[in-house]
Amino acid sequence: MNETAAVAHATHESPGFVRTYLFSTDHKMIAKQFLWLGLIMMLLGGLLALMVRWELAWPETQLPLMNLISEKTWEALNESGSWIARMIPNGFISPESYNSLFTMHATIMVFLVVMPILVGTFGNFLIPLQIGAPDMAFPVLNMLSFWTTALGGLVMLAGFFVPGGHAAGGWTAYAPLSAQAIYTGVNWGQHLWLISLFILGVGSLMGSINYITTVINMRARGMTWFRMPLTIWSLFITAVLLLFALPVLQAAAVLLLFDRTLGTSFYLPAGGGEPLLWQHLFWFFGHPEVYVLILPAMGIVCDILPVFSRKPIFGYKAMAVAMISIAFLGFIVWGHHMFISGMNPSLAVGFSITTILISVPAALITMNWIATLFRASIRFTTPMLFALGVVSMFIIGGLSGIFLGLAPTDIFLHDTYFVVAHFHYIVFGFSILGIFAGIYFWFPKMFGRKLNETLGKIHFLATFITFNLVFFPMHMLGIGGHMRRIYNPLQYPFLEPLQPMNVFITVSAFLLGASQILFMINFFWGLAGKKTWEQNPWEANTLEWTAAPPRPPHGNFLTPPIVHHGPYVYSLPGSTQDWAPQNEELPGKLARAAAG
Amino acid sequence: MLSWLPENIASYGDKIDSLMYLVYYITGTAFVVTELALIIFLILYRRKPGRPAAYITGNRARQALWTLVPLAVILAIDLSLDFKGTPVWNEVKAAIPPSNVLVQVQAKQFNWEVHYPGPDGKLGTADDLVMDNQLHVPVNQVVKVRLKSQDVIHSLFLPNLRFKQDVLPGREIDGWFKATKTGTYPMPCAELCGFGHSGMYGQITVHSAEDYQAWVRQQWPSS
Ligand code: HEM
Ligand SMILES: [Cu+2]
Ligand SMILES: [Cu+2]
Repeated sequence: MNETAAVAHATHESPGFVRTYLFSTDHKMIAKQFLWLGLIMMLLGGLLALMVRWELAWPETQLPLMNLISEKTWEALNESGSWIARMIPNGFISPESYNSLFTMHATIMVFLVVMPILVGTFGNFLIPLQIGAPDMAFPVLNMLSFWTTALGGLVMLAGFFVPGGHAAGGWTAYAPLSAQAIYTGVNWGQHLWLISLFILGVGSLMGSINYITTVINMRARGMTWFRMPLTIWSLFITAVLLLFALPVLQAAAVLLLFDRTLGTSFYLPAGGGEPLLWQHLFWFFGHPEVYVLILPAMGIVCDILPVFSRKPIFGYKAMAVAMISIAFLGFIVWGHHMFISGMNPSLAVGFSITTILISVPAALITMNWIATLFRASIRFTTPMLFALGVVSMFIIGGLSGIFLGLAPTDIFLHDTYFVVAHFHYIVFGFSILGIFAGIYFWFPKMFGRKLNETLGKIHFLATFITFNLVFFPMHMLGIGGHMRRIYNPLQYPFLEPLQPMNVFITVSAFLLGASQILFMINFFWGLAGKKTWEQNPWEANTLEWTAAPPRPPHGNFLTPPIVHHGPYVYSLPGSTQDWAPQNEELPGKLARAAAG
Repeated sequence: MLSWLPENIASYGDKIDSLMYLVYYITGTAFVVTELALIIFLILYRRKPGRPAAYITGNRARQALWTLVPLAVILAIDLSLDFKGTPVWNEVKAAIPPSNVLVQVQAKQFNWEVHYPGPDGKLGTADDLVMDNQLHVPVNQVVKVRLKSQDVIHSLFLPNLRFKQDVLPGREIDGWFKATKTGTYPMPCAELCGFGHSGMYGQITVHSAEDYQAWVRQQWPSS
């Protein structure tokens, strides 16, 4: 295309508000839509968690601020059968609503926060930009993927307002509890929960197919598989995991819905069904799902550490192979959630061995991260701090998993707060800290301006400290025998001595929640501030930082990039600058050094 | 940290607890070593003007040894954990030793219905006795528990006996324990089973041999 043609091309269309912001097919806009969805849901999921924590610290007391509502108003609410009165009658949490609260806290956090942001936002934003493609392979499918997810989210939210309240069977929805309304008193709430999961699954699958196709087909010239940033590797592996795991969940959900509405008995023993079938199907999806929740963050950390260490990632290929093996092992460990479920006990031995084996690739990844820092030149920027937070918290979450993966010790720890501690070190310490790392890192590329570094660092410190104060003591609670999913610990005399710990955790949780206000301020301030569209603020190598500044007419690059070397060429001896963008050809001798 | 564990009164409890300690020492060491390495590197290799980073890709065999050797150690530890854990698991869960004491715990929303077979030793006969949320067993004897559920999944949790077993509708699951100390201990439900799950709670009373005889005579006076 010659220059005049390019200009004409650039000005020929302006798609209008609806096509630009709502039904956009531009992967960068879709990424932002997923981000908004995820952040708003994070607020909701967090509030639900704080309600859960309130109840555990001060059981059966009125929630804060509820005394501002007069008794008359409560009476009126109760009489009208309002959803508020059902969820918090008179400002209190009831045993029924407590079960809905933690069920929906988890469901929202997993399916409407971590997946939309880690997979939806970073997947959409980074895949085309980092592999040098003008957009996704199927832009319309991409748009549909977001709107399907949004629809699924709406259906999920609708569950709060239906008679009987929202799903209350835990995010794992074990049958038969979830299979018949009489067991929980929840009717439409659980239906909608299942329908929503199905729809969300469709949305995710559309994304997954798109990611896989794009990575396979649309890499720029010279972007070989082993020149791809590890973020792309992680997102590609995640997409494959979703492709194999989600249909199983969807099928299981449909069967459960049939049991609930059509009178079938897939999971109901009275009609010849098998309750454990649900658990097998759910966890066949569920364990790979856990890796969906961390793999993209793993890739993000692999990309951020080198930038701020000014050093190549240690063992690039080993990292890719480790991620692949984690994903593979992820499909043959689901039984570790079922050691004491009543399945044949001899199966536990095999599942225990495969589970413990995951520590090998997991340790490899951790060690390579730490080795990346060896003889580095570390810049403690906000994204780097969050990435380092991930590294240090993964150590804890990974190690505590061994207690649970070893079948004999899991007998005691299963379904206690030890489990809650363990998986929050993963889903918060890994996924959420990873999300923050990614947002701080790519905000300049997404929105044209760096977030405030000082505020960012305070946000990191506050989050990191309070996070540990909330979740570390939960290990102790669990070892003390404190069950999860209980509404009032004081109903159990043997848990009374642990109650001060519950109070401590709740106070810390409120501080953790408050710390996120710093992020909100920073985020909105960043959006409102003057855009500089600085092209490569972190002096990084990957293609997104070389892509045309702010808005090229369409696509991402004015000319298709050509890739000359891998993404981690930092501080190459003999080079004049300590980074080497992937699209810039190095002089012969240096090029050979970078390749070797 | 493991001092938070409830008192152990199970014959196999020591084996479970010592595994727990073993894992604790292993993971504790791994934790200290890795976090220390991380912190030391962060301090040593913070940015200093005039000191560029080294160019180390980790792709050469010599460099990779730094991770491959620890990995081999980890693999060995993994396998030895599996090796140590399997017999314990089999003892607790796979095989049930011969037993003279049988009770059936039938779970329902939101109670443990404990069925005692009575003098004939058979469940489902006229001399059976049913008690809600009270499990009475003799000390130092193998007790076989037959678990059934009437509605949803529950989980019988005896923290002091290191016993936990899900209870499923539609099947019978047998478990066992041998209590080594008399007293009264908690018996909560550990699996979400509905709005009354919280508070689904009973007690297990471990009697001395004489006490147990007295308790039996009291329950079945005619025999
Ligand atoms: C603000 C930070 C958070 C706090 C204070 C918090 C607190 C809690 C608590 C106390 C429970 C246990 C409820 C019970 O067993 O009675 C719980 C459960 C859970 N949370 Fe969180 N959480 C937080 C963030 C997250 C995030 C980011 C995720 C996932 C991405 C998550 C996923 C889950 C899951 C899957 C469960 C299990 C729910 C169930 O038992 O069905 N949480 N959370
Ligand atoms: Cu798992
Ligand atoms: Cu229960």
